[in-house]
Amino acid sequence: MKSLSELQAIKDRVRDTVLPPAGKAETRVVVGMATCGIAAGATPVLDALVEGTKNLENVTVSKTGCVGICQYEPVVEIFEPGKDKVTYVKMDAEKAARVIEEHLKGGKVVEDFLLSNEKGEKTALKDTAFYKPQQRVVLRNCGLIDPENIEEYIAMDGYAALGKVLTEMTPEQVIEEIKKSGLRGRGGGGFPTGVKWGLCAPNKAPQKYVVCNADEGDPGAFMDRSVLEGDPHCIIEAMTIAGYAIGATKGYVYVRAEYPIAVDHLQKAIEQAHEYGLLGKDIFGSGFEFELYIRLGAGAFVCGEETALMTSIEGNRGEPRPRPPYPAVKGLYDSPTIENNVETFANVPQIILRGADWFASMGTEKSKGTKVFALGGKIKNTGLVEIPMGTTLHDIIDKIGGGIPNGKKFKAAQTGGPSGGCIPAKLIDTEVDYDNLIAIGCMMGSGGLIVMDEDNCMVDMAKFFLEFTVDESCGKCTPCRVGTKRLLEILDKITAGKGTLEDVDRLEQLCYYIKQNSLCGLGQTAPNPVLATLKFFREEYIAHVVDKKCPAGVCKDLLTYTIDKDKCIGCGLCSRNCPVSTIHKTDYVAEGHKLPSYEIDPEKCIKCGVCMQNCKFGAISKQ
Amino acid sequence: MDMINVKINGIAVSVPKGSTILEAARKAGVEIPTLCFMKEKNEIGACRICVVEANEGRGFRIVTSCVYPVSEGMEVLTNSEKIQKARKTTLELILSTHDKKCLSCSRSTNCELQKLCRDYGVEDSAFEGFKPHYELDYSTPHLVRDNNKCILCRRCVAACREQYVSVIGANDRGIDTNIGQAFNLSLNNTPCISCGQCTVVCPTGALTERDDTDKIWAALADPTKKVIVQTAPSVRATLGECFGMPIGTNVEGKMAAALRRMGFHKVFDTDFSADLTIVEEANELVERIKNGGVLPMITSCSPGWVKFCEFYYPDLLSHLSTCKSPQQMMGAVIKTYWAEKNGVDPKDIVSVSVMPCTAKKFEIGRDDQSTAGVPDVDIAITTRELGRMIERAGIDFVNLPDEEFDNPLSEDTGAAVIFGATGGVMEAAVRTANAWLNGATTAIDLEAVRGTKGLKEATVNVAGTDLKLAVASGAAAAKYVMDQLKAGNPNGWGFIEIMGCPGGCVNGGGQPIQPQHVRDTVDLKAVRAKVLYDQDKNMPLRMSHESPAIKMIYSEWFDGFGGPKAHHALHTSYTPRKKYRRD
Amino acid sequence: MKKKISKLPFRGTAEQEAQLKKVIDELKHDKSNLMVVMQKAQDIYGYLPFEVQEMISEGMEVPLEKIYGVATFYAQFSLSPKGKYNISVCLGTACYVKGSGPIFEKLSEKLGIGADECTADGKFSLNACRCIGACGLAPVMTVNDEVYGRLTVDDIDTILEKYKD
Repeated sequence: MKSLSELQAIKDRVRDTVLPPAGKAETRVVVGMATCGIAAGATPVLDALVEGTKNLENVTVSKTGCVGICQYEPVVEIFEPGKDKVTYVKMDAEKAARVIEEHLKGGKVVEDFLLSNEKGEKTALKDTAFYKPQQRVVLRNCGLIDPENIEEYIAMDGYAALGKVLTEMTPEQVIEEIKKSGLRGRGGGGFPTGVKWGLCAPNKAPQKYVVCNADEGDPGAFMDRSVLEGDPHCIIEAMTIAGYAIGATKGYVYVRAEYPIAVDHLQKAIEQAHEYGLLGKDIFGSGFEFELYIRLGAGAFVCGEETALMTSIEGNRGEPRPRPPYPAVKGLYDSPTIENNVETFANVPQIILRGADWFASMGTEKSKGTKVFALGGKIKNTGLVEIPMGTTLHDIIDKIGGGIPNGKKFKAAQTGGPSGGCIPAKLIDTEVDYDNLIAIGCMMGSGGLIVMDEDNCMVDMAKFFLEFTVDESCGKCTPCRVGTKRLLEILDKITAGKGTLEDVDRLEQLCYYIKQNSLCGLGQTAPNPVLATLKFFREEYIAHVVDKKCPAGVCKDLLTYTIDKDKCIGCGLCSRNCPVSTIHKTDYVAEGHKLPSYEIDPEKCIKCGVCMQNCKFGAISKQ
Repeated sequence: MDMINVKINGIAVSVPKGSTILEAARKAGVEIPTLCFMKEKNEIGACRICVVEANEGRGFRIVTSCVYPVSEGMEVLTNSEKIQKARKTTLELILSTHDKKCLSCSRSTNCELQKLCRDYGVEDSAFEGFKPHYELDYSTPHLVRDNNKCILCRRCVAACREQYVSVIGANDRGIDTNIGQAFNLSLNNTPCISCGQCTVVCPTGALTERDDTDKIWAALADPTKKVIVQTAPSVRATLGECFGMPIGTNVEGKMAAALRRMGFHKVFDTDFSADLTIVEEANELVERIKNGGVLPMITSCSPGWVKFCEFYYPDLLSHLSTCKSPQQMMGAVIKTYWAEKNGVDPKDIVSVSVMPCTAKKFEIGRDDQSTAGVPDVDIAITTRELGRMIERAGIDFVNLPDEEFDNPLSEDTGAAVIFGATGGVMEAAVRTANAWLNGATTAIDLEAVRGTKGLKEATVNVAGTDLKLAVASGAAAAKYVMDQLKAGNPNGWGFIEIMGCPGGCVNGGGQPIQPQHVRDTVDLKAVRAKVLYDQDKNMPLRMSHESPAIKMIYSEWFDGFGGPKAHHALHTSYTPRKKYRRD
Repeated sequence: MKKKISKLPFRGTAEQEAQLKKVIDELKHDKSNLMVVMQKAQDIYGYLPFEVQEMISEGMEVPLEKIYGVATFYAQFSLSPKGKYNISVCLGTACYVKGSGPIFEKLSEKLGIGADECTADGKFSLNACRCIGACGLAPVMTVNDEVYGRLTVDDIDTILEKYKD
């Protein structure tokens, strides 16, 4: 690629096939073939569509990334010239056959497979409560273009920002623009991206590096996977821009090995970018060169920490290093390095193309732009949403997420994964941005948002995250290696009903100690789930230690299963299914019943809950 | 140089830009405790003991002083209540995975963890819960690994890596992280060179020399045995440290007195056999030059180095001098010459050596080291073990009057004394060569090979031709030298001295343990070596071949230089070793 | 948890060794390629036993202990062979909240093996994995490359039945 006009020519040629305008004959069918789509069975759908349309003129079928509505996968979308796209959900091969017959051949939308809104009316994706409030910057190409086709990316203004940077801007101007946009790191800490680049740029060194952190390890977060799978070129473009800005000619993308499709798409994208002269030497005739390498993680959460990630790229145990020196001064291979995560990079080309002011117009005073959240847990609509910073938690859960299923009550939302905290129901009007979350002892993290209802025990949740951290602690520094294990043991004691009030105090003190004394971000944030739940749900801890009860009925050791002798009809189903034979017949026959009721021996009960699942008369309860 | 002004506990101090808080505090006379930190070797910030509160204008924050750089105007509190609490909690967490068996630990009273626990008044069971249990590794003759006392500071890992051996490292992760060998192999199934550098840097009793003192007490108590001891050149320079004497005190006379009082039948000085080594080695070098033997020739006094060569450069073993080490030569002479002269059956002699070295424990069990049909040396102990024996014997070492070694097997020259420092063997050899081949009558001082650098080079003119010399100490430098030989010896070295430990024997793996803050601030290698060079300076004889004992033994016993009897007693062989073995 | 070291005898073939040698020759110029080599070695052998790590150590000129330290640090490196069918149950947050714990327990009970173990007949191995990014389908498990989502404990028998052979 030697000039902007070459790029424009590709764009002009391909744009109409991606979004066919009125007057064109082509119809474009896309199948979401990201990890979530494939897992839900998109492959046979794609096969059926390819096979079934091979004799149809003017119909192309292609793969695309994730459009965000994970729970409705497999998803098929149809772009007809000049018309709104049609979204078919929960598809299978037979449904695909009907779409071919009725829609593609017959020209009639198959209503049965469309999305429904909350009132049950069939609706287009863009009109759903889930989709409407979204502003897609990071995810703009996901679910639209074929990620394995660089020309489709170019058609959607791809590499135009790189062209602009290399032909019109100085490195200082690029950094200034990013600074002005207010973009902050989307990986967790929220450090201003432009400032980071600005700290690295002046450092003189024979080699500098740009590193993309795609080691998305927060359980429940998958926005980076979605971008890499659905729009890999935007990361390549952004990293090349960053390389130009700081004076680096090499970059590494560190991807979780659990994301084979992302790796595959990125690998292909790098090859294509080379082919088109968008990586390598003399890009856009500017003399600037940039090379990009992929490194695979191997299953260590701590490698999401920037120094650990660099240590890992260097071929070592992924143990963090003390900072300072900061990577901007001494990072990968002891050279000046900037590291940003996937979502951060994904914003960069748009900021360059549409300007810092446009970007800064979205979001709140100190948190600009959008944020992608992975909605999960006890919520109706699960999936990926991209919304402006500052959207209230209320809007996210009730409007976008469709509320809590099964008529249960919202209890708290967990953000930031094992490093984050929870936002309780009483703070549901919080406008979600970096600083508001920090103010309530939470953090943005990479964007996992897990919703919990009244059936979730908060002590158990804290324990769950701590188990994760204990597992993932690298073992280098004392507070994290031993301290988190001791925290977990105290929590174990509490959930087993053996805790005391002193234990709760010790738990809290140890949390603060670990926060202040750990070597890296993993340890420093590991106590957050405990501290946040202690702050907002202290009464649940007290109930576990004083009353020896788990209010949500989760902690097994604190449960008792009882049979209401007046509801029990004496059928004996519970007794026959009890794995430890601890349910016996009594002498009591309730009024109106013919058979004597049963009772559970609490001493022998293992609290597996099988009896309760089997009772057809609601006679068994747990407390 | 740019200077930075900071305040440590209110004390103003000015330090060069780039200094750490720890360095600034040391300059201000404030000691901050450390556990994992080793200057320039292990700056990993892992243990968190050295945390301090630092204010750089944005309020006080807890930072890691060992690696955190100072900035202008920084205020530091090293001992605030918050810091004391944090350190105490850190210690209590460390203790919660520690076996706390101080009473039976050889490092008790000399343990960095124990001292801190006492200073901070920790509760020894503040935290209870999962505690990993590890089997002890007794597989080697030279050291014992007890991971139940390990605090994961990784100083041993750094020491092993510095030796280019890396047989121990961090394995697994999280609470299961442990220092160990690949696939949990026992240490004797790995290419460990027995140098013991790990034992010197371990802050606790997780890595200790294998204690052989009970065997000596048992021998001393046995009336049928003649227990004869020899002490290596460097031990006199360091033993005093075991009794709180200043580093760099020469305790030769007190040591001889103490050994005699403990009941050793004869107290000999390995210096005698160091002179013997020089004469044999010089002879071998001349033979190799004359007969087109393998050159360059490399010294073989250091059993750690010899083992390193056997594991890592088996193809180059022919470069090693076949001379036994001074320890083994002395053992051979005791059990042949001395035994015959005194009418003692070699089987009734228990030959003990006091060495600066853990690898010597391995060396006594090598093949081809039994001149009289019984091992040349029966028990090798380290300086540290001798220190403990003297304490057990109830000897007031510091106030002991000086005594002499027993003769004739202790007569020595200045050339033998300097064996204990890197470059000493080379200098000693050059002195004799200079005399023999150039007709010199006084010993030269070969300054070029003195000092603590890992690699030193010199050129000397011997009989009209220039001989290029190299001196390496520490296995890292040894590796460099050997790689040069593999690459065809571009520097044209003709004779090379290699010692397994950095700085030579004065810094051997069996030497007294100084806490890390002392190791960070005192150049032990140089201060201890100075003792030996000072002694050499004042010796009447400073060339090995001038020693009357050497002249005597060659004329009375060995029938001249290079004869078969000498060859049988004083030379050995080497064998390539497989690095890893599975049981 | 400490990595389990397999006691099964090494059954590497000459062909596998040739493959590994080729990989090492391509990458040994840069020691920071160590993990890449280990990943490829695991692709070739399925796990990283002593014999394989020793070959890497010799070829890359990296101490064996360093390789072992790396292998035991990262969850994806295995010191035990995988079964013909490797079952991974996602215990990420979303899956956990939706009940993947009991699914794991059921599998463990049915197969008679714990995490990171292989059945005696070499057929099944079981492990718990971190989020695989299919949270919308929680709870999720994979059998080799096959993904099963929206699971209940009752689905386990039917799924295992499919891998009878």
